[in-house]
Formats: sequence, structure tokens, C-alpha cells
Amino acid sequence: MLKLVNVKTSYGNIEALKGISMEVHEGEIITLIGSNGAGKTTTLMSISGITPPRAGEILFMGRPIHNMSPDMIVSHGISQVPEGRHIFPELSVMENLHMGAFLRTDREGIAKDIDYVFGLFPILTDRRHQAGGTLSGGEQQMLAISRALMARPRLLLLDEPSLGLAPKVVKQIFDIIRRINTEQKTTVFLVEQNANLALQAAHRGYVMENGRIVLEDHADRLLSNEEVKKAYLGM
Amino acid sequence: MEYFTQLFLGGLTRGSIYALIALGYTMVYGIIELINFTHGEIYMIGAFTALITASVLTLYGFNELSILVMASLVAVIYSSAYGYTIEKIAYKPLRHAPRLSPLISAIGMSIFLQNYVLLAQTSDFVPFPALVPEFAFMKAYEHIFSSAELMILLTTTVVMIILSCVIKFTKTGMAMRATAQDRKMAMLVGVDVNRIISVTFIIGSALAAVGGVLIASHIGQINFYIGFIAGIKAFTAAVLGGIGSIPGAVLGGFVLGWTESFATGYVSSDYEDVFAFALLVLILIFRPAGILGKSKSEKV
Repeated sequence: MLKLVNVKTSYGNIEALKGISMEVHEGEIITLIGSNGAGKTTTLMSISGITPPRAGEILFMGRPIHNMSPDMIVSHGISQVPEGRHIFPELSVMENLHMGAFLRTDREGIAKDIDYVFGLFPILTDRRHQAGGTLSGGEQQMLAISRALMARPRLLLLDEPSLGLAPKVVKQIFDIIRRINTEQKTTVFLVEQNANLALQAAHRGYVMENGRIVLEDHADRLLSNEEVKKAYLGM
Repeated sequence: MEYFTQLFLGGLTRGSIYALIALGYTMVYGIIELINFTHGEIYMIGAFTALITASVLTLYGFNELSILVMASLVAVIYSSAYGYTIEKIAYKPLRHAPRLSPLISAIGMSIFLQNYVLLAQTSDFVPFPALVPEFAFMKAYEHIFSSAELMILLTTTVVMIILSCVIKFTKTGMAMRATAQDRKMAMLVGVDVNRIISVTFIIGSALAAVGGVLIASHIGQINFYIGFIAGIKAFTAAVLGGIGSIPGAVLGGFVLGWTESFATGYVSSDYEDVFAFALLVLILIFRPAGILGKSKSEKV
């Protein structure tokens, strides 16, 4: 579904991605783990077209997307929940959701999908007219995921959804991610620092170090891999 | 009391024009964090376009009010085209440059446009026809509030109501707010940010053109330099209210208008600008973010 071929991305003179190749298959949850500064967020931003790659290819459904503008990429079916949630602070919860559906014109479908995300996260229903900036961290994460779903993505990119949240909320959010994957058949690309959590949710995983992919395997095998255990699982 | 009312209404009228122009500064700043120094020139070009249109239409014998409407429309279209083009030529290529670069580019563009009009027209003040007729029902109040002032107040109020409806209720308006609050996220949900920036420049320029026509018709003369003074005043209003804030620009405009009006009326007309800019200095010292502005930490 999504294929990265030798992707290189730089910020000025600093090369953040030193030629990475990965593949995401339709219907799966894959995770990209690695320490701070390994290049995980850059990978997602390169896919979304915010920091376009300097070299290499990104193919989505067989079509090259690495030269497309971010809005074109969204219209092809890739949505991102960025690190730190990035809720529009002064827009209401409803308006944030409508922004998620910005490129859609089917009013009825949008209304239906708003009901769907309110079903996933009932607490947002009570907050619908509240400004996004006044929500708690957990609620903001729920809103950020809901907003991304409003675009009806085929591929959902999630950057550190567990960051700074209480364990109970984290569990709730990961349950929903799995539910979206099975119910909506949405493919999920999950970036996490919490490797244990991510590998338990995912089918396959990639390990990233210093802008390179160093390991790739099924999630359960990565969970029992000695090096991964030592470096990322704290065992 | 009558004198006070007169000054109050005068300040209100003046303030509404400042507010109209200040909106352009604040909207552009909200989206791309640039002080658009050509904004005053857009206002001046609007006034000149209206003058030329009005002169032609007068030859065909239209009445004042229809000339006012048509001249304003032409000015709005012409100024918007200027605003759109200036953004594409002078700012867009510098989108990723250090912040000082587009600012210098803006000042350069402003000087260029002033001198272009100076050469194309004249350096002297040229008379601008009074396009607002004397309304019969205003006869009784003429000594404190003229028909022209009433027209200014009504027009600016209507324009500002339309603007707030566009920003509040339309999809493009929502995208403008979203882009101002978090540009990268707006891109991630599929907003074409370049289009939103263009729309912002077009709307801001249209407002400035309306302001230019109204003031020119009220004061009765224009030259190539009027945009500079008006621009500085409106910029002051935008900063007073809190730059980036739309209600702030309107409030800042009125505060500035009243300050000038009362200072002129009770102290001396020589001190009009002194009071205006003293107020700016005081606000910057005691409330740097402006009356309605939020002080925010630099985004990382």
C-alpha cells in the first residue's frame, strides 16, 4: 500500500533520514520504534509532504506521492495525527472535526462520521461546543485521532499517541486504534517511543536508529528479540 | 455636551476607518506573521482608482450615490488584484527566508508603489469629489454629524459584519482561523495554505480600498502619500488592539479614533499625532501584546 524506497530527508545540512526503505501492507498496523531523534517524526512528515524528501521515492497505492503538496496527499487518503496533537486551540471541538473533513464535500457522510467518532469517544460529545484548547491532554488526543478519521483515510499515521497521557487513557486510545483497524479496515502506521505498547498493538515493526532502519520483523518476534529488549523495552 | 457628542461621533467615524484598514494588517499578520507595509499603498491605490472611475462616470452624468457605489466596486477589484499580486511577487518567494527578508521586501514594495503613483499621477494633491449626497433627514444634526460621516459609519459597520460572518460561518473562514492558529496542522488536514494566504490578502485589500474611497470622498483631496500616514495610523490601531486579533483591530481602531478626536477637541489639533503615538508607546510599555492580544511564547 505504502512503499518508501531509499528516502532521504534533510533539514538544511542535517540529514535526518539517511535512505530508509519500508513497506506497509493494506489492513495492517505497523509500528516504527526508536529513540529520540532517530528520525521517526521526520519519516511521517516526509510521507505527509510537510518535509518532502530530498531523494528517494514514496509510493502510495502504486502512485508516487513524494512530489505532491500536503493537501494532495491528504486527498489521496493519508491522514496524520502529529506528535503533540496540534488541536486548533480556538476552534470548537465540532470545528476541529470539520477541519478534519476539510477536503470532503459530502455533508451527509460528514455528519455520519461525526456520529461515528462521537461513538468512539463519547466524552467528546459533551465537549462539542468547547474550544479545543480547553480540553485535557487525553481528550485532545481523542479529538486529534477523530479529526484525522474525519478525512476517511485509508492510511492513518499516528505520532506518539501515548505521549504524556495517563496509563488508563493510553489503554483506551490503543483499544480504539485496534478497533479502527478492524472495523474501518484503516491501515495504521504507528510511531511510538513506548516500544512495548506499540509492538503489542502492531502486526509488524521497524526499528530506527540515527536515520536508518536497522531492524524489521513481526511484532511478536521483535518483542522477544534480545537487542530490542535491551535497547527499547528496558529488560 | 453637544461638543462632546460631536467629538465622540467624529472619533467613532475616524476610528471605524482605522479599524477597516487595521483589519488588513492584523489578518495578514495572523496568517504569515508579516507586517504588510504595502497595505497603506493599497488604500491609496483604491482612492486613486475610485477617483479615476468617478471622473469618467461623472462625464456620463450618473448621480452621486451610484458613482460612489460603482467607484467603490472598481476600487475594491483593482486593489484586491494589487494585493494578490504583491503577495505573489514580493512575499511568496520569501516564505522560507528569515523573517526580516519579507519585511524589507514589503518596505521596498511600498516605496515602489508610492513612486509609481507619483510618476503616473502627480505629486500635488488632487481634488476628490464629494460622493456622499447631503441627506435631508440629517439636516437637523448637520452641525455635529455630517451625512458623509454617517455613510462612513454605516458602510464600515456593514463591511465588518459581513467580514465576521465570512470568518465565522464559511469553510474558507474556518480554514483561515485554523491556518492562523496552527499552519502546519492546517496543511496536514488538507488546507492549501497558499490559497488561504491569497484570500487573506484579497480580503484585506478590499477593506483598505473601501476605507480609501470613503475617506477620500470625506476629506476631498488625495495624493500619492496618503497611504503612508493612514497605514501608520491603522498599524498603530492594530498593535493597540493586539496584532493578529480581529476584534482587537476593531477595538484598537476606535480607541485610536477617540484618542485623536478628543485630544484635538480639548487640547489642540496640533497634537493629534502626538497623542496617537504616545498612546501606542504607553500600550507597548504596559501591555506589549495589545489590549486583546495574548502574549504567547515563541513556538518551537
